[in-house]
Amino acid sequence: MSDAVKDKVIEIIAEQAVLEKSDVKMDSTLESLGIDSLGLVESIFAIEEAFDIQVPFNANEPSESDFDISSVAAIVAAVQGLVKEQAA
Amino acid sequence: MKRVVITGTGTINALGKTVPETLAAMAEGKCGIAPINIRDVERLSVQIGGQVRNFDPEAHFNRQQIALYDRFTQFTMLAAKEAIGQAGLEFHGLLADEAGAIFGTAGGGVNTWDENYRTVYEDGKNRVHPFVVPKLMNNAAASHVSMEYNLKGPSYSVSTACASSNHAMGQAFHMVRSGASRAMVTGGAEAMLSFGGVKAWEGLRVMSKDACRPFSANRNGMVQGEGAAVFVFEELEHAKARGADIIAEVVGFAMSSDAADIVMPSKQGAARAVRGALRDGRINPEEVGYINAHGTGTAANDKTECAVVADVFGSHADKLMISSTKSMHGHLIGGTGAVELLACIMALRDGVIAPTIGYEEPDPECALDVVPNDARDAKVKTVLSNAFAFGGLNAVLALRQAP
Repeated sequence: MSDAVKDKVIEIIAEQAVLEKSDVKMDSTLESLGIDSLGLVESIFAIEEAFDIQVPFNANEPSESDFDISSVAAIVAAVQGLVKEQAA
Repeated sequence: MKRVVITGTGTINALGKTVPETLAAMAEGKCGIAPINIRDVERLSVQIGGQVRNFDPEAHFNRQQIALYDRFTQFTMLAAKEAIGQAGLEFHGLLADEAGAIFGTAGGGVNTWDENYRTVYEDGKNRVHPFVVPKLMNNAAASHVSMEYNLKGPSYSVSTACASSNHAMGQAFHMVRSGASRAMVTGGAEAMLSFGGVKAWEGLRVMSKDACRPFSANRNGMVQGEGAAVFVFEELEHAKARGADIIAEVVGFAMSSDAADIVMPSKQGAARAVRGALRDGRINPEEVGYINAHGTGTAANDKTECAVVADVFGSHADKLMISSTKSMHGHLIGGTGAVELLACIMALRDGVIAPTIGYEEPDPECALDVVPNDARDAKVKTVLSNAFAFGGLNAVLALRQAP
């Protein structure tokens, strides 16, 4: 299941960045992929829709949100956590 | 060029249902933001707002009026009654031919859209009330004011998101200053606290769930408000000739466009509007004692706005006061500049500077005198009111003490 989450998150980020999925590396940052603050909010919306979860994210304090967006790997891990919580 | 003065003020908002109530609340640093009471609120993740509470339309309007007046029009009509009553103006003959109503609103009849979408989509009905269109249109408030007070000159609505009211009042100012009209009724209104109106804002993830804390390091977003404020702008000699009580003078106005980003503010764009208002009013920057900030309480706006003030005013930025009354009445979106002009009037006429409440932690990026938490007595001669809208559209008004 975790790999499915990872694949979907990468697909969403790649689509937002207008890149191939293979161009999105786990250590990529959103900035390095050219995703700005609007793109981030759109990506989070797409993630919420894809997994039917609520992502705790406020654009005013991204660093204080429980949702770590520092890299693709961090986002994947955070989404995996939220999906697990949802299932529990 | 004619000189333009304010001879009437009216409002209804979360802080009060009249101007005296609102100014008293601002002077006390009261918070009008609280849990909102609207249909389906439990499905919202943001459940607070500056709502006009204990408001019964039937106490003010008859059945036919209610069928035609969306909540934003109701607010406008009540504020217009107070403003025109205070001005003591009656519109007949040539004055009526010249005078018009120019009002800002971003959403117009949002509640009417919301209720009728529910009817056709959720309830599956295939018929809506015959007056849906005239009730929801953005110009409904301006039109009903023109009808009620016999204003036969130019009337229209202005919609520039959060700068709508300032743009509208700037247009009214230009009309009177140019000599095209001796009096204009102007201001703005918003009634967006409906399920759809709040849900749309939630999507952007810039809303606070607990409080609007402009300039505070721990600020976490904006809070919506609702209401209206209306002003009578009048040519100085006309006001003097009839012995009107002159409340303040409108001396400058400027607009600019960032031409950059649809939501992120631009320091250069906002600074052009502030500088433009000073230039338009032939105002020496050192003369400005108070600025009513746009001050939304978002991370991006407040730091940009403080950088703009520091940039435009140089060392004088540390001497002037700047506060955001959105901390008390919330962000009235298209109506916000109108309600905020009341704080400017209180500063000029009463020598009371409205505070920025909810202020908890200094932010080095907002290192100005933001009049934290408590109102202050101070004599100021000239003030500015900032509005910097989504879409990068900026509008700044400059006011002086009554001549």
